[in-house]
Amino acid sequence: MSFVSIRDLTVAFDGVPVLHGIDLDIDRGEAIGLVGESGCGKSVTWLAALGLLPGKARVQGSVRLDGQELIGAPRTTLEGVRGARIAMIFQDPSSSLNPVQRVGRQIGEGLRLHRGLRGAQARTEVLRLMDMVGIPDAKRRIDLYPHEFSGGQCQRIMIAMALAGQPDLLIADEPTTALDATIQAQILDLLAGLRRQTGMAMVFISHDLGAVSAVCDRAAVMYAGRIVEANDIDSLFAAPAHPYTHGLFRAIPDLEAGRARLRPIEGTVPDPRALPAGCAFAPRCDAASSLCNSYAPDLKDQRSGGAVACFHPVQSSLRHMTQQEVPA
Amino acid sequence: MSPLLDVRGLVQRYATAKPLFGKANDIRAVDGIDLTLHEGEILGIVGESGSGKSTLGRMLLGLERPWQGEVRYRGQPMPAPGSADWRKLRADMQLVYQDPLAALDRRMTISRQISEPLEIHGLAKGEDARDRVAALMARVGLRADQADRYPHELSGGQRQRVVIARALASRPRFLVCDEPVSALDVSIQAQVVNLLRELQERERLTMVFISHDLKVVRNICDRVAVMYLGRVVEIASSDRIFSDPRHPYTRALVSSVPKPGQGLDGRIILKGEPPNPASRPSGCAFHPRCRHSDAGCAATRPELAEHDGRLAACLKLGHARPVAA
Repeated sequence: MSFVSIRDLTVAFDGVPVLHGIDLDIDRGEAIGLVGESGCGKSVTWLAALGLLPGKARVQGSVRLDGQELIGAPRTTLEGVRGARIAMIFQDPSSSLNPVQRVGRQIGEGLRLHRGLRGAQARTEVLRLMDMVGIPDAKRRIDLYPHEFSGGQCQRIMIAMALAGQPDLLIADEPTTALDATIQAQILDLLAGLRRQTGMAMVFISHDLGAVSAVCDRAAVMYAGRIVEANDIDSLFAAPAHPYTHGLFRAIPDLEAGRARLRPIEGTVPDPRALPAGCAFAPRCDAASSLCNSYAPDLKDQRSGGAVACFHPVQSSLRHMTQQEVPA
Repeated sequence: MSPLLDVRGLVQRYATAKPLFGKANDIRAVDGIDLTLHEGEILGIVGESGSGKSTLGRMLLGLERPWQGEVRYRGQPMPAPGSADWRKLRADMQLVYQDPLAALDRRMTISRQISEPLEIHGLAKGEDARDRVAALMARVGLRADQADRYPHELSGGQRQRVVIARALASRPRFLVCDEPVSALDVSIQAQVVNLLRELQERERLTMVFISHDLKVVRNICDRVAVMYLGRVVEIASSDRIFSDPRHPYTRALVSSVPKPGQGLDGRIILKGEPPNPASRPSGCAFHPRCRHSDAGCAATRPELAEHDGRLAACLKLGHARPVAA
């Protein structure tokens, strides 16, 4: 059985469904990327799993961690999971840290809660964690406040806080989006290194496909509250099968491609209050047929590996053709 | 051909608040920049936070007076902020902001926000203004039925289109886009990038495109200036900068862009943090993070010099091109 198993997870806010049945398995030590545009449900999936959504959210389905059900679990159970077994880091470190508390104390909080460490013991461990995430001169800086660190260092502190509970799974929600290019590279390097070192599993939520491919083994692409394609990184990038994935890859400018005109996906993500009747991507899809407009395709395993939710997946022959097309 | 914008020896200095003891600290956000910008050109400015990109952009628009140096627009010196001449110039040059939600008034419908510059500059009124707004909305790809919406009812990409439509309302000839697509999703980002490129091609708009997203800069810009701690360390055509970067900082920056399918291999991971303008290293500001630096780099500040069809400021340029990249 997989370590984390999500089955038919749905979330609705004020009666508006935003997550339409997510199935996802994560093995121990595995790094999986969740890719998709804002509002597609990447973050909501994990906030729901950890019981972090506001009260008005209606969460149904099942999220099992080592067989233990988390949806609808009592608060005490969830508190034993959050931070201790599953930790989460967010996009904007400066708004996730408490500005009026010394960073050492903020990292130490996790140690006290999840590992019962206090006093000198906790302080030694905080120093070790700060060292581990690459904060130079930790001894001198343990008693500084968040504003005395740069953005990249604040993200390192966030990562140290997440590691304090020795989690089995780290959810990194756009961890490098707010950082400068060279610092982004440092943080990706750090996350990949920490995973090797600790063996923890990682969910890397990002819209940066390059970053996802750099640190993940596998990725799932989400659109309008559904997973539309999942595959291992190499196959996904070599042969995206869902028209949305395909379009996403084409829309990213390529450093090597010069100034060829970008090929955006026309239109916008549908309003969750007014989703199309069939496949949510159909209105933006070139391959859509009348079938797509009436029925939503299920995520189906493919013979060639991976899973796709599409009635008309992109053929590999066609993919080669589009790659060779002269840019408009 | 005379340049649209000519910048000489631009320096911007901010003083930090005087601490209780000791004296106030001087921060040179921009520290000596020369630039020329030709009509119809898109110049990219890349660099990390604190490198002075946005300060430079604001001085190019005359929103801030430089501490030293001069910006000439169409051969004329930039008028003082707030003066009548300066106000007239506002219609001609516009700033597209990074965060559309912060740049928009959340209690105003988007059609009103787009028509505001028309009223301010006395360009159109009543029916005429309504038509202009409708045309602007269509031009940036907003639907007519969105005219009465409020900013929070739109998606991030749509908000950025509103910001661009508003910037275009006064028919400017020069745009400074400060991270215009950073907050947008990939598929929408491509739409906005293409929109800006169309504007340049169709109307020969001149643009300065400030961004830390090198992939977008590569796609949209004719020329690129790389900034580090308030100075341009390398400037060349977009093709040159990205296919053959020479300054060690540019090389690290270009290599740090994750490429699908490449993993983490072959990237230059810089040590240390982006530098703090309040404590500028001596000599070449990049030397503490540079793997080619030596005592000379800590002592002498390199000036921009010609190297193979680009300008770069590095004392070790011979060494900056090692075989093992």
